[in-house]
Amino acid sequence: MSTDNDALIETRHLSKYFGSVIAIKDISMLVHPGRVTCLLGDNGAGKSTLIKTLSGVYEPSEGEYLCDGEEMHLKSPRDALARGIATVYQDLAMIPLLSIWRNFFLGSEPTKGWGPLRRFDVKKAKEITREELSKMGIDIRDPEQAVGTLSGGERQSLAIARAVYFGARVLILDEPTAALGVKQAGVVLRYIVKAKQRGVAVVFITHNPHHAFPVGDHFVILRRGSVFGDFSKDEVTLEHLVQMMAGGAELDTLTHELERVAADDPDLRRAVAELAQEVKAAPQLPGAAEPSSPPVTDGEAGPED
Amino acid sequence: MATTATEPTADRDERVRRVGGIRKLLDRPELGAIAGLIVVWVFFAIIAAENNFVGMATTASILNRAAPLGILAVAVALLMIAGEFDLSIGSILGFSGMAIMIAVTPVDAGGLGWSLMPAVILALVLALVTGLINGWLVIVTRLPSFIITLGTLFTFRGLTIAITRLRTNRTQLGNLDEVPGYEFFRSYFGRDFEILGAHFSISILWWIAFTALATWMLVRTRSGNWIFGTGGAPDAARAVGVPVRRVKIALFLTTAFAAFFVAMSQAVEFTGADTLRGTRREFEAIIAAVVGGCLLTGGYGSAIGAALGALIFAMVQQGIVITGIDGDWYQVFIGVVLLAAVIFNNFIRRKAASR
Repeated sequence: MSTDNDALIETRHLSKYFGSVIAIKDISMLVHPGRVTCLLGDNGAGKSTLIKTLSGVYEPSEGEYLCDGEEMHLKSPRDALARGIATVYQDLAMIPLLSIWRNFFLGSEPTKGWGPLRRFDVKKAKEITREELSKMGIDIRDPEQAVGTLSGGERQSLAIARAVYFGARVLILDEPTAALGVKQAGVVLRYIVKAKQRGVAVVFITHNPHHAFPVGDHFVILRRGSVFGDFSKDEVTLEHLVQMMAGGAELDTLTHELERVAADDPDLRRAVAELAQEVKAAPQLPGAAEPSSPPVTDGEAGPED
Repeated sequence: MATTATEPTADRDERVRRVGGIRKLLDRPELGAIAGLIVVWVFFAIIAAENNFVGMATTASILNRAAPLGILAVAVALLMIAGEFDLSIGSILGFSGMAIMIAVTPVDAGGLGWSLMPAVILALVLALVTGLINGWLVIVTRLPSFIITLGTLFTFRGLTIAITRLRTNRTQLGNLDEVPGYEFFRSYFGRDFEILGAHFSISILWWIAFTALATWMLVRTRSGNWIFGTGGAPDAARAVGVPVRRVKIALFLTTAFAAFFVAMSQAVEFTGADTLRGTRREFEAIIAAVVGGCLLTGGYGSAIGAALGALIFAMVQQGIVITGIDGDWYQVFIGVVLLAAVIFNNFIRRKAASR
């Protein structure tokens, strides 16, 4: 684990309550430039609340949120943006009927001329769009194309490229691969790596360890509102991640259940046997059993509804 | 860099099909209006050939009719692209016209006895206030502008009728040409040009100027980009820093200004105003904008299209008048043209959204 002073953003014992509901509790994590920090968690683990807190939508109820080692109190997403913390939401990214270049610069259009003749520098906008996209390795067909005609993966990639161009130092990606097919997800993962190579600190939120593992440098696993585990890449394997995500015990139960159901179906039985094999094969994790570096709380500390 | 078979070249990508002119035209929102214009013109050119549909006099009449509607339609189109409606534009028109007339009417007849310049400024200010009320109500209540401006449609019209009757005990006021300052306004807003024996109103030039200005703003300024963004996906636009509320307020002011402008030039042209002037203009302007390619859901459309839509509207009106077709059929025709345009636009949009 790296030292605190080169972290771009840091949270210390961050908690967010909604009335009596504890959405996230005691989250401590570090995000470094040029690294991909994966936030993994199943539904209800507190991912959305954490992202919204990081991106300035919510103010934390307790704990500290630091940027460049300084504590900050974000009032809105604009505040976060001003500090270079950009969030790309799954669907809140693009305007489908507008062309690619218009979308790219929406809200930050380059202008030329002055006074009443100040106008959108269309030529420059198109050039930059093309340039920036190809820098990210995104290969667009025609910048005049309406964004609605792009595939989901292309749209996500475009949103990432835009955030990077407009000076994002921290890029928070909310489930960018969730709604995508295998190939499209691969496209987005490639741009995540590109962004990382350009020195951006990427926070990649996902519930899919198969997407997180190849690109992540650092994995934070959320369960029931708390940090369940915090590992760097060399401390963990994909199997561990899968197991921790689902919870080893729960996966075991599932295997048994499936075995009962599958008793009559040879194909299904074989599949279940393979799954059981996989679960057994995954070695017990040192990190999950006795946490070393960050404070790890188990499920019981989560919200009691 | 990852292994890609072909480097993306700066000039041309091999996956971009060379699209023909027709294909490119299909992507333009104005296409429906251009096609409609040709169809309607050819239709009347054939059935009204004996009534001189193709000729300077008829052309002038069509353009003179189209100009005031076109000015309204262009403003309405901008607002519709931003995802809102203004149904009160006809009432604001009537309201501004009467404001001018009451201000210039002699004191003993219930007016203020002003000269024309201050009266026009007063009407402008009042019109902008009505626009502000519309915009402010839409923003604050977050109700659909359709319902808000439907309410102000009646409110503003009612105020116009009530105040005029209260002060002057009349529904029409005239004799504007006797008011000091009239000649100045007439030379800019009420004049005719004679070309080959036909009289063209100066409002045609204003119509063209407003259309050009609106088009330039839409496609070549950041405000234009914001208008498209505001209508296309307000939340996404706000998230990237577009001042969505300010855009909407500004456009409600624009439609109110257009209504004022038409009211003023018509008052000057006809040397008077009527409390019912502008009635149903709001629908005609929306029809023109929709025929011109604006989507009712916002985010798509064009000012040139709306101007062409107004031209189609006027052409149908004039065509029916000179053909001698029973005027009762006029509304049927307008209704059919509107439906055809909406169906066509819907088809185009689906094509644009999922090519």
